[in-house]
Amino acid sequence: MAEYVCHCNGDAMHIMEGFLPLNWCVFWYALSLPVVVYGARKMSGLMKNNRDVLPLLAVSGAFIFVLSSLKMPSVTGSCSHPTGTGIGAILFGPWITSLLSIIVLIYQAVFLAHGGLTTLGANTFSMGIVGPLAGFLVYKACMNRNVNMYAAVFLAATLADWLTYLVTSIQLALAFPAASGGIVASFEAFLAVFSITQVPLAIVEGVVSALLFKYIVQLRGDVLLKLNVTSPDVLKKLKESSA
Amino acid sequence: MKLEYITISVLVLFAAAFAYISSTGNHEWGGADDKPEAVIDDLTGGSYHPWAESIWTPPSGEIESLLFALQAAFGSIIIGYFIGYYRGLAKARGALQAGEDEGNLNARSSR
Repeated sequence: MAEYVCHCNGDAMHIMEGFLPLNWCVFWYALSLPVVVYGARKMSGLMKNNRDVLPLLAVSGAFIFVLSSLKMPSVTGSCSHPTGTGIGAILFGPWITSLLSIIVLIYQAVFLAHGGLTTLGANTFSMGIVGPLAGFLVYKACMNRNVNMYAAVFLAATLADWLTYLVTSIQLALAFPAASGGIVASFEAFLAVFSITQVPLAIVEGVVSALLFKYIVQLRGDVLLKLNVTSPDVLKKLKESSA
Repeated sequence: MKLEYITISVLVLFAAAFAYISSTGNHEWGGADDKPEAVIDDLTGGSYHPWAESIWTPPSGEIESLLFALQAAFGSIIIGYFIGYYRGLAKARGALQAGEDEGNLNARSSR
């Protein structure tokens, strides 16, 4: 066991190599892969037909790259890192964001011994699918209710980050139900590890995402309209107030 | 500028929380994931053993931080490049627009 301990100095979010039983690895791969494949098809469509949005696609991917490399200290006395998936989810939707996420997860699994290839399906499901999907839905709901756009981005990015960890806790709980209390008891045990540590990080991620979004609004409002992220009226108001 | 101030305030608060917690207790600031490992051990009575190992592990903490720094640098340069490019583009468009307006004005006044 000692041998493994030294391998496991990674981050909290990604389930480590070999830490899910084989049947669960297969299960999460089966759920994640179709989403990623569909995301890849959508992305290649974007590359053919919509070339002027590609720089923003690169920025969204790069944002995930940067944020998931920052291991930050949290109030609980341990470190974790943000996900950075909120921006991609808002701009390009959860399908394409799942592809961006799996690229980062593969990099970290291969070169950094963080996460793992056996657990890649599970980690993609939490960070690349559920988190971004939630962020996307929250953003759309906020827009329909005329919430301030930057507040909407903050909420979406914060939730996308935090829900990733919630899903990780569920995945581990399903694989390792407690002898007494079953899945619910182990969910609580894993959640205690992940959720509190992640709250401050999720808030920081939300604020930084909102700031980056402000620059995108100021500089490429036209692309936001094209991607159907916002309406001309909202954009006009934001540019006038330039918060 | 409002959003910039909010962002800076949140980051300062975050750093202050870190400083405060560091000074008031003894923390390892380790990755939170030897903890899930401990929880797994706890739940299974230590009977679960990982069945796969990372195909490659950075040989030292230094190499690991190098690779993390590369990851951050690579991402940052892409974000900075495009935001800077867009900003320059917007500025150039503005200057062009202003130049045209001025040109029209001159043309009108000389008439």
